[in-house]
Amino acid sequence: MEFTLKTFIFYGFALITIASALAVVTVRNIVHAAFALMVTLFGVAGLYVFLQADFLAATQVIVYVGGILVLILFGVMMTSGRLEMRIHIERGQLLLGGGISLALLMLLLTVIANTPIWKNLTDDGTQLAPTTERIGQLILNEKFLLPFEVVSVLLLVALIGAALISRKEVRD
Amino acid sequence: MSDFFSDGFFNNINLQDSSNWATDFVQDVIIPRLPEAVAGHFPMELGTVLVMLAFAGIFVAVVPLLPLVLVLAERKVAARFQNRTGPMRVGPWGTLQTLADGVKLIFKEDFIPPQGDKVLFLLAPYVIFACSFAVFAAIPFGDGIPIPGDFNIGIFYIMAISSVIVMGVIMAGWSSNSKWSLLGSLRSAAQIVSYEIPLGLSILTVVMLVESLSMSKIVDTQSGGIFTWLIFRSPFTFIAFFIFFISSIAEVNRTPFDLPEAESEIVAGFHTEYSGMRFALFFIAEYANMFAVSAIGVTLFLGGWQGVLPGFDFLGGFPGFVIKTLGLVFLMMWLRWTLPRLRVDQLMNLCWKYFIPISFFNILGTGIWGLIFKEDNVWSIGISCAIIYVGLISAYAIAGRNLARRPEPQPS
Repeated sequence: MEFTLKTFIFYGFALITIASALAVVTVRNIVHAAFALMVTLFGVAGLYVFLQADFLAATQVIVYVGGILVLILFGVMMTSGRLEMRIHIERGQLLLGGGISLALLMLLLTVIANTPIWKNLTDDGTQLAPTTERIGQLILNEKFLLPFEVVSVLLLVALIGAALISRKEVRD
Repeated sequence: MSDFFSDGFFNNINLQDSSNWATDFVQDVIIPRLPEAVAGHFPMELGTVLVMLAFAGIFVAVVPLLPLVLVLAERKVAARFQNRTGPMRVGPWGTLQTLADGVKLIFKEDFIPPQGDKVLFLLAPYVIFACSFAVFAAIPFGDGIPIPGDFNIGIFYIMAISSVIVMGVIMAGWSSNSKWSLLGSLRSAAQIVSYEIPLGLSILTVVMLVESLSMSKIVDTQSGGIFTWLIFRSPFTFIAFFIFFISSIAEVNRTPFDLPEAESEIVAGFHTEYSGMRFALFFIAEYANMFAVSAIGVTLFLGGWQGVLPGFDFLGGFPGFVIKTLGLVFLMMWLRWTLPRLRVDQLMNLCWKYFIPISFFNILGTGIWGLIFKEDNVWSIGISCAIIYVGLISAYAIAGRNLARRPEPQPS
């Protein structure tokens, strides 16, 4: 493979992603792990850009970093304001987590091995179009309208549930 | 390296609408000005990378100058509102005051709380600073001024990057290991996450009318003078502009939404423990953010760098863009020195019970509007302006009647 600046940037992103992902699972301090996860999510967003998935990259950052990660940290800080928040890992958890990770790895390796396309998408001269419009068409017009609506109903249910839990109980 | 640009990495990558702006800049601007003998051997790839770095350098150099002006402006505006003169000692009319303050901050001790989390404490200002700067990459400043990040998903990219700022705020608040900082960052997280929803929804009304997320396309559609500015295109974008503006004040943590750094309650909020140049970084980022959200508001609703009249340069181009943006910045300062701070429950009520339902109504309305008027013409803009006019008059009348009806507070 020819070594260009493009591949250099790609491996940079890959390195950042993997290193910070390792930090997420090895660091003992839960807040440090959360901030390492932020770097991982950014790295994955960068990899999406290399897959020509611009919309997905921005969505990744806006949903995971700007939303979910903030909520995770919010939860951690509300429950325990102390600086030293160590994670205690028991042997059973380690075994279970390891097993699940191993199964996932096997799955991913099978998928990678069975993927026939090992080439640069732009090599055969295909001009890749912006993805935003295509995603919109697919979700709202064509194949995925039903799953999209089901997900939105699910979110509505979660919203109502959250409102119900956080509400003060009214006795009559 | 050799096929970095020739294999069309940046031309094919679909973040970019057109071909690579930096290559264009080298081809159109630099090479014609070179002597004949050198021009033929000009290294394109290296030149392009250098042009990119140069533009990044300009941004990094110019954007911190903005707060230098804006901080002084803020102090002068505040002084005017309070019938004072503001800083007068350093330089003529105190114009060098911020420079003196900046120098003072550089020489101050860089204190790191010994009980805090050192790594995160040191990193936090840079996260906020970097994200505030990255927003500027996608803002169209004027005709012919290249946009470094003229992405196909422009406005979406801006939203994504600016949503990361809150991570820096949380980082700063938590690593200081101080009650005030933690409270400030928690307030900030709740506030920013909440107000991002009406902000995004009001941006969506613009995107629905323009049918593009690209910042340059949004500006292009507003080229026909003041009545083609998106704020007047439909009554719903008119409402959306105000929701956008108020939500963005909340996003940049300014009064009346400055709960994350409320001086009278939690000292200075998330940056209580910061001193010296790190504190200055927060300050610069805050004013840069203020300018950035105003610039985004101008681009989305007030015509961007397009002029007031079609075909004339009046209030157009780069100077026009800056004037409009500074107008919005002044409006923010005006609000800051006029309105008192909201309580937390009022803040959340305003967002969840008023702004979000109104934004959803806006989106529904914009959809119907788009179905009725397939494309913008004299009729759609005329009807839109008429509705806005009638709406404003009746809102004024209703507000006046309600205010008149309210009983005078009796002195106790």
